[in-house]
Amino acid sequence: MKGAKILLECLKKEGVEVMFGISGGSVIDIFDALYDEPAIKYYLTRHEQGAAHAADGYARATGKVGVCIATSGPGATNLVTGIATAYMDSVPIVAITGQVYSHLIGNDAFQEADVTGITRPITKHNYLIKSVEELAVTVKEAFHIARTGRPGPVVIDIAKDAQRTETEFVYPENIKIRGYKPTYSGHPKQIDKAAEIINAAKQPVLYVGGGAIISGAHEELKQLAEKAQIPVTTTLLGLGSFPETHRLSLGMLGMHGTGYANHAVTNCDLLIAVGSRFDDRVTGKLETFAPNAKIIHIDIDPAAISKNVDVDVPIVGDARNILTELTKRIENPSAESWIEQIDAWKKKYPLCYNQGDDIIKPQYVVEQIYEATKGEAIIVTEVGQNQMWAAQFYKYTRPRTFLSSGGLGTMGYGFPAAIGAQVGCPDKIVFDIAGDGSIQMNIQEITTAVANKLPVKVAILNNSFLGMVRQWQDLFYDGRLSGVDLVTNPDFVKVAEAFGATGIRAARPDEVRKAIDKALETPGPVFLDFIVDRSENVFPMVPAGASIHEMIGIIEGMA
Amino acid sequence: MRHTISVLVENKSGVLARVAGLFSGRGYNIDSLNVAETEDTTVSRMTIVARGDDKILEQITKQLNRLVDVIKVNDLSTEKHVERELVMIKVSSQPGNRSEIIHIADIFRANIVDVGHEAMIIAVTGNEEKIAALINILNPYGIKEIARSGRVAIVRGK
Repeated sequence: MKGAKILLECLKKEGVEVMFGISGGSVIDIFDALYDEPAIKYYLTRHEQGAAHAADGYARATGKVGVCIATSGPGATNLVTGIATAYMDSVPIVAITGQVYSHLIGNDAFQEADVTGITRPITKHNYLIKSVEELAVTVKEAFHIARTGRPGPVVIDIAKDAQRTETEFVYPENIKIRGYKPTYSGHPKQIDKAAEIINAAKQPVLYVGGGAIISGAHEELKQLAEKAQIPVTTTLLGLGSFPETHRLSLGMLGMHGTGYANHAVTNCDLLIAVGSRFDDRVTGKLETFAPNAKIIHIDIDPAAISKNVDVDVPIVGDARNILTELTKRIENPSAESWIEQIDAWKKKYPLCYNQGDDIIKPQYVVEQIYEATKGEAIIVTEVGQNQMWAAQFYKYTRPRTFLSSGGLGTMGYGFPAAIGAQVGCPDKIVFDIAGDGSIQMNIQEITTAVANKLPVKVAILNNSFLGMVRQWQDLFYDGRLSGVDLVTNPDFVKVAEAFGATGIRAARPDEVRKAIDKALETPGPVFLDFIVDRSENVFPMVPAGASIHEMIGIIEGMA
Repeated sequence: MRHTISVLVENKSGVLARVAGLFSGRGYNIDSLNVAETEDTTVSRMTIVARGDDKILEQITKQLNRLVDVIKVNDLSTEKHVERELVMIKVSSQPGNRSEIIHIADIFRANIVDVGHEAMIIAVTGNEEKIAALINILNPYGIKEIARSGRVAIVRGK
């Protein structure tokens, strides 16, 4: 069997049903094999970056491994941002790249790039395959590494001759990688110790990140929170791990987190971190982050523990296992006065904005999408103000319903990721909440959506600015707006129509809901161009370097 | 503080780049690095001398362990071990001072491995202090070049 065919057989053995990518000279043999392969559905994107993000969105929405493919040289380098995005957010994708003939490697051949070299710091692992004999075992290893432990992207770079050479196809049943053994069950003594501290805590907070979603620990998290009466705040990537409609939910914490989440963390006596990594956007000034709290840190990656803060009880392992074990050991719930205090903060520091009659507020659009979709959509975001408003004003209740580039902060992620999510979840409503800047970074993927009849809805919160940078320049750079004005934006309705999609514009508040409803009734992809208040800022906000309880732009509600 | 870290890795191409890239990418400094095959030809040992406080060393160790091709990481500073370095020193020498230099080499149990009209090469094995002392004493004669192997180390047998 030829290497190219062996590759597809291996992918099928790994359960791969879809693949995103663009063809080219160094992968043409794989595409030739694909010609006879009905079991793998191929989605032709219009840029390799779109393929990588689509594989990522597919993986985040379904929990399966996403697969993308690109040719050597520029095809592979175009994947790089998508791979780095997946790496920072621990998303399991396998990126297959063609490489020039093995005898040409290192000769500066046409469309040659050192792909394993370029992707080394942004992959969990990568491989260069020069001979067909290595292929099957490598694919098996790659999928194993991508999906286990702390997941992440793996690149398989395959020389053209390895694709063309024949060998006997044997798929290994088992593989053994002596340097790779993730720990799943937490150390019982550490769990005992943690349970003891939880039982003694009066004012505990659960601080939950994307790891809880990856581990599938949402039910176990809820059980622990309810039994021990612990309020739950999540990171951006943790949204959906705990229902935001729950009394114990504090919403998101950090730079643009809720006032009540940040006050709860600042005043807690115990912080239980679950699959989160004390990112600087979460902690603000480290010295004053949860200053009076003991810290329990549960993470599958030992390197995430004690990286930024000193931890009292580290527990390495799978969040789901560990939370189950912890819940069994809970005897005392937290103090009722603590929950009442949280309720009081919620009343005092609500998320809010003022929607007038004339100009659309971007937050209102997000809330209306929440209403119209009954909170059941998969929300994907770009990066910047749109991302923060989507995080703040949509209430997430289930895991894998909020997809966003948190770690790398990749503008242009949302739309192709939404396409991948829609491919993985054809029966769900998928909404990309976008900015007018971000959407233009991968706008070509509208063709992919149209060609495949993928009904992705894109809500552009159009303020004709690179809004988050504009906000920083207004707040911290004396309003010297530099390089952020996008008044020369294209007409997004016409753009959508030119690509064969539907475009709808709303410029007044009373048009917002109608536009959303119309988009939901329209088959195929729709661009919604919401002309929103240009000067609206994302609040509350913790200025860089400040403590998280020192928020600006917070409006005190009725106490 | 300086730490000697012994890292067993898969003997494959690209592994050195992964380890070196980890150090440069995360801003850790390497004082010396030595890599060669072990008694098992599929495994190489890297001996890395790095500087940092306990917290940095903990991170280095954890990050090294994250690499799929890394089999085992040992911070030898916490264990009883033997370490050596091989250094070759090319020192200026004329017929008049040659025997004097040979005498110094003898005291340090170093070997003369090459003699020319204007220079000789001394090979010495030892720990850091011994090598520093020899270099110090040879300095006045004029050291032309030094090549060092980097530290190698192994845990003492039980």
